[in-house]
Amino acid sequence: MAEQVVNESTVDSGRRRFLTATTAVVGGVGAIFAAVPFVKSWQPSARAELAGAPVTVDISKLEAGQRLMLGSNVPQWRGQPIWIIRRTPETLAALPALDDRLRDPASDKHPDQQPAYAQNEHRSIKPEILVLVGICTHLGCSPLFEGKLEPKPYDADWKGGFFCPCHGSKFDMAGRVYQGVPAPYNLKVPPYKFVDDTTIVIGVNPDQAA
Amino acid sequence: MNLRIVLVALLTFAAAPALAASGAALQPAHTNVGNQASLQRGAALFMNYCSSCHSMQYLRYSRLARDLGLTEEQVMQHLNMTGAKFGEPIRAAMSTTSGETFFGKAPPDLTLTARSRGVDWIYTYLKSFYADDSRSVGWNNTILPGASMPHVLWELQGVQRLADHGEGHAEGEAEDAHGPASPFELAAPGKLGAAEYDEVVRDITTFMQYAAEPAALEREKYGVWVVLFLAALTFLLWLLKHEYWRDVH
Amino acid sequence: MASTNPTSRFAALGEWFDYRAGGLTTWWNRHAAQYYAPKNFNVWYYFGSLAMFVLVNQIVTGIWLTMNYKPSAAEAFASVEYIMRDVQWGWLIRYLHSTGASAFFVVIYLHMFRAMLYGSYQKPRELVWLLGMLIFLVSMAEAFFGYVLPWGQMSYWGAQVITSLFGAIPFVGEPLVEFIRGDYLISDATLNRFFALHVVALPLVLLLLVYLHLMALHEVGSNNPDGVDIKKQMGPGKVPLDGIPFHPYYTVKDTFGVGFFLIIFAFIIFFEPTFGGWFLEHDNFTEANPLVTPEHIKPVWYFTPYYAMLRAIPNKLFGVVIMGAAVLILFLVPWLDRAPVRALRHRPFVAKAMLALFAVSFILLGWLGAVPPTEGKTLLAQILTFYYFAFFIAMPFWSRIGPFKPVPDRVTYGH
Repeated sequence: MAEQVVNESTVDSGRRRFLTATTAVVGGVGAIFAAVPFVKSWQPSARAELAGAPVTVDISKLEAGQRLMLGSNVPQWRGQPIWIIRRTPETLAALPALDDRLRDPASDKHPDQQPAYAQNEHRSIKPEILVLVGICTHLGCSPLFEGKLEPKPYDADWKGGFFCPCHGSKFDMAGRVYQGVPAPYNLKVPPYKFVDDTTIVIGVNPDQAA
Repeated sequence: MNLRIVLVALLTFAAAPALAASGAALQPAHTNVGNQASLQRGAALFMNYCSSCHSMQYLRYSRLARDLGLTEEQVMQHLNMTGAKFGEPIRAAMSTTSGETFFGKAPPDLTLTARSRGVDWIYTYLKSFYADDSRSVGWNNTILPGASMPHVLWELQGVQRLADHGEGHAEGEAEDAHGPASPFELAAPGKLGAAEYDEVVRDITTFMQYAAEPAALEREKYGVWVVLFLAALTFLLWLLKHEYWRDVH
Repeated sequence: MASTNPTSRFAALGEWFDYRAGGLTTWWNRHAAQYYAPKNFNVWYYFGSLAMFVLVNQIVTGIWLTMNYKPSAAEAFASVEYIMRDVQWGWLIRYLHSTGASAFFVVIYLHMFRAMLYGSYQKPRELVWLLGMLIFLVSMAEAFFGYVLPWGQMSYWGAQVITSLFGAIPFVGEPLVEFIRGDYLISDATLNRFFALHVVALPLVLLLLVYLHLMALHEVGSNNPDGVDIKKQMGPGKVPLDGIPFHPYYTVKDTFGVGFFLIIFAFIIFFEPTFGGWFLEHDNFTEANPLVTPEHIKPVWYFTPYYAMLRAIPNKLFGVVIMGAAVLILFLVPWLDRAPVRALRHRPFVAKAMLALFAVSFILLGWLGAVPPTEGKTLLAQILTFYYFAFFIAMPFWSRIGPFKPVPDRVTYGH
């Protein structure tokens, strides 16, 4: 007469299910809490944050029609090239007439491409100083700066701006993208502010401390 | 409860006689990294007295601000002696080559000293400088004999000299009614009395303890919740186990 | 018409896989739901599943550490501090890994001791024991390589001492040391290759060995504290009378064991992560310096018993041989033990005394390996080393000494 090790007749399966479910839920909550540090460790570290900190630039020597260079390169913020251009009055005056050749002339179709204070005709805080992220919104090449108002092979009536050699996208002297080119959006304007007339900090908005 | 006792007993046994390598006994530092005021004072003292020669290359000013409850402005104005950026680590004003030239050995980085030598060592070391005319730097230290470091805090502590306890007594072995007598005597008083100076040293030591492990501030806080949660979960697991095992006989 | 009963939902899923991949349900039954383990497992039987849990912890936290650790002599030490300070929650991941390493050896030593208590290495489980010993050996290598990675003073000089041991081998010694180091001294080359071994090669080997260890165990079935062969008393349906299905009984019990373990584990991590300098040593908070040797070089606590034996022998080559033999002799235990019974409870007092003395001497040797040597301590280490080997070498004789208590047919709850 062999007796069963496991006596099934007195099993209260209701209690069993309740306990299993409760423990599973509490354990599951614990597992999620345990996973949080591992997931969060992928966020930028303090070192990345330092490298991504705001950059201060002196524009006192920037002449009209020129783009700021630091040595042989443009300034960079978070690994992105930053273009700072002192626009001539001519260039500024030519901007409104281009509106119907552009995809997003008022910069209101894609508000993410510039901070609110740059959502205007000249896409900047001060009309004469243009600040842009120098990356084509098509596939990420860095367009060429073509500030002179002279005819170009890609545009007989060129009013100054930027031409991307990779796939032919064109942007005007406010960084606004032309119609009929592969790039979909205007060039991005980074957060920036003027500390004084000759100093710009890239990476913070005017209402924030540097 | 028993577990904590066992653990504490184990650790006490393990930590056992705290002696400096030179054989001199170490005094207990009694630091508390949870005391934010002490940390802030210690940070200021460190930056004023130590950071011209000693870097803390693994501690960023921004981290210090966050953990010590200071604003960026406070840190940059009062604690940043080198004009470094807010997110940069604490570097010494003196370069390592200069350090080697002036002192024979570059002053070491101090970020992890509280973990490698211990807080009691630092505390006792800062209290154990004495004037020694036989050395070019003019100072010596019973905890680290032959140290190239001058007594930067001498204006606060005063000038100690080795005490002469009479014939037949070796340094530090003399005893009086209060226990082992100090190996030092105060040749010239400083701005602070002995107890006040101890507090200054304690503050610096506390700051260094924090610098060696900034995470210590938060890990104990989380630990309470984690252990409590695990205790609750384990209790549930025990109930579950007990429920199933009632089948088995 | 799907039932809301969870059992039937899992069963349906199992059928879906079985139809396409084959064998999932069979595997589950064979190794869990219908794997019959003795019902009288006591506290000593938690450590196998705990070892697996800790291994998974080491792998997961190890992967995460590798995301930020830099395996070069120039950057390694700083990258560990980077993890401790700049990487979000990096300090926790690091402490999980360092505490886990020590926890692994606590668990493994207790797991091995269980086998000694209950004769779990005896026929037909010799292969389980051999595979387990291989896991032990590979784990020691894995821990050694891992300890070098932070590139502190103890990392560097521990690597220096251990690699130079190979120089004791006659003829090939010196070239062999150079070969292992990849350089004329411990350097960046050594660190980088130890990193590859620690992160990729040995974990793969460990996983394979653990898999084989469990397969070998499941082939013959588990032992128990009474040393009774439960398969000899079968009940209806070819189920051992004293057997219970691993799932749900031992899955639920082992999960509780993990919970209890985690409380202690968490306490250490959050309140005493260095464990007084035993788990994270003071000297390793100073960056490696080839020109300055620390005053006391010693390995981490789990190697100290063997280190004590090495130091106790005044001859370099013989010391290395003794240290190696101390680990290798464990492989022979299934053939050294000649007792007609498995479990300690059925053996006479002499066997209990021998094992108790063995445990005490191993722990004492561990302490001796951790403290600076003195003449008296060296003598004690020599005596204990002698006893350690005598325990094994004389085992064929003392294990045969009776009287032996009769082994019952059915298990008891004698604990």
